[in-house]
Amino acid sequence: MAVSGKRAMGRGARARKARGSARKTLASEPLDWPQALYGALRSADVRQMAFVPDAGHSKLIELFTADPDVISNVLTTEEEGIAIAAGAWLGGMRSVLLMQSSGVGNCINMLSLATISRFPLLMLVTMRGEWAEFNPWQVPMGRATEPALNAIGVRTFRAETPQDLLDMASSAATLAYEADQQVAVLISQRMLGRKKW
Amino acid sequence: MVTAMTNSRGLDRREAVAALLKDRGDMLVITGLGSPGYDVHAASDDDSTFYLWGAMGAAALIGLGLAQARPDRNVVVVTGDGEQLMGLGGLATIAVAKPKNLVIIVIDNGHFGETGMQRSHTGLGLDIAKVAQACGIEARVLRRLDEIEAVRDTLRRRSKGPRLYVVKVRAENVPRSLPPRDAVHLKNRFRSQLGLPVT
Repeated sequence: MAVSGKRAMGRGARARKARGSARKTLASEPLDWPQALYGALRSADVRQMAFVPDAGHSKLIELFTADPDVISNVLTTEEEGIAIAAGAWLGGMRSVLLMQSSGVGNCINMLSLATISRFPLLMLVTMRGEWAEFNPWQVPMGRATEPALNAIGVRTFRAETPQDLLDMASSAATLAYEADQQVAVLISQRMLGRKKW
Repeated sequence: MVTAMTNSRGLDRREAVAALLKDRGDMLVITGLGSPGYDVHAASDDDSTFYLWGAMGAAALIGLGLAQARPDRNVVVVTGDGEQLMGLGGLATIAVAKPKNLVIIVIDNGHFGETGMQRSHTGLGLDIAKVAQACGIEARVLRRLDEIEAVRDTLRRRSKGPRLYVVKVRAENVPRSLPPRDAVHLKNRFRSQLGLPVT
């Protein structure tokens, strides 16, 4: 597909800015991980994003939806995003899917589309039900998230720190888009912090 | 209470799908699992068709992802009433995404044909076209071959937003025309005809 010089330049400039902000972060100041993660995904040429919102993803969702070079889709249920990402890949576009751990349960049969077709799939999953959790209803699916993904054939990485998350997301993007793998990066609830009630 | 409706009337599904896809040109086609895939395969197999053999409820949404990735091409999804019923929420997602190059064709026999012809929700009175309209999708029901031919002439035009047509067909099992089942093969041939690399 033809990409105008202006669009390409805009993307590159944003990516450089994002990479720059990741580099200059000092150990003494907290890493602005949503901004750095957004930059990493845009550097990997992700141009489509689909989501069912989670508080832990809110900044990343804002960054993507504000980007005129990214198509963002709000979903009624998470498995829709597996299908949309497959369609995007058929047409040559890279897609990322954001959800909370409860949404992984909604995806299981739909993941057979990605695994049997070897469609690249990158899921970023914010965990619930595992650390300082207030809502007991989040616990069963939180417990089942990683085994369920592994059982259907999705590789998982578990990020405990913002730096983990950046490294894993970047690695997962290569595994997905270059090696046709189905990968979920699980973002630990401890890293995301307590939900305020 | 829902009223049971018989479906002895209606179009011949093979005739209807063949009429829709006649002279399909550079349209990109996604099919739902089961009979709609066989219908499309019987009409003519093509590298620009991606058939599903599972992932029930996915067809229209794969169409959305593809339509967004390829705004320069027209995407037609051919699926069944049962498959679309499993993805009703997807109609809401497609409606708000507003692709101008996506048409969903629901081949509606009112039954789950693959599993013993149990009556589906549409066979029990639900109107998928009205559901789609409520979501904000331009939609209507087609019952005659001349209506299908009129729609065919519009399939390759851009529209204001997504469209959905319900094609009422007879509930009958016609001889199967089986597409390839290897999804990687289907994916690679689809991407190849678009000039995209395969891994």
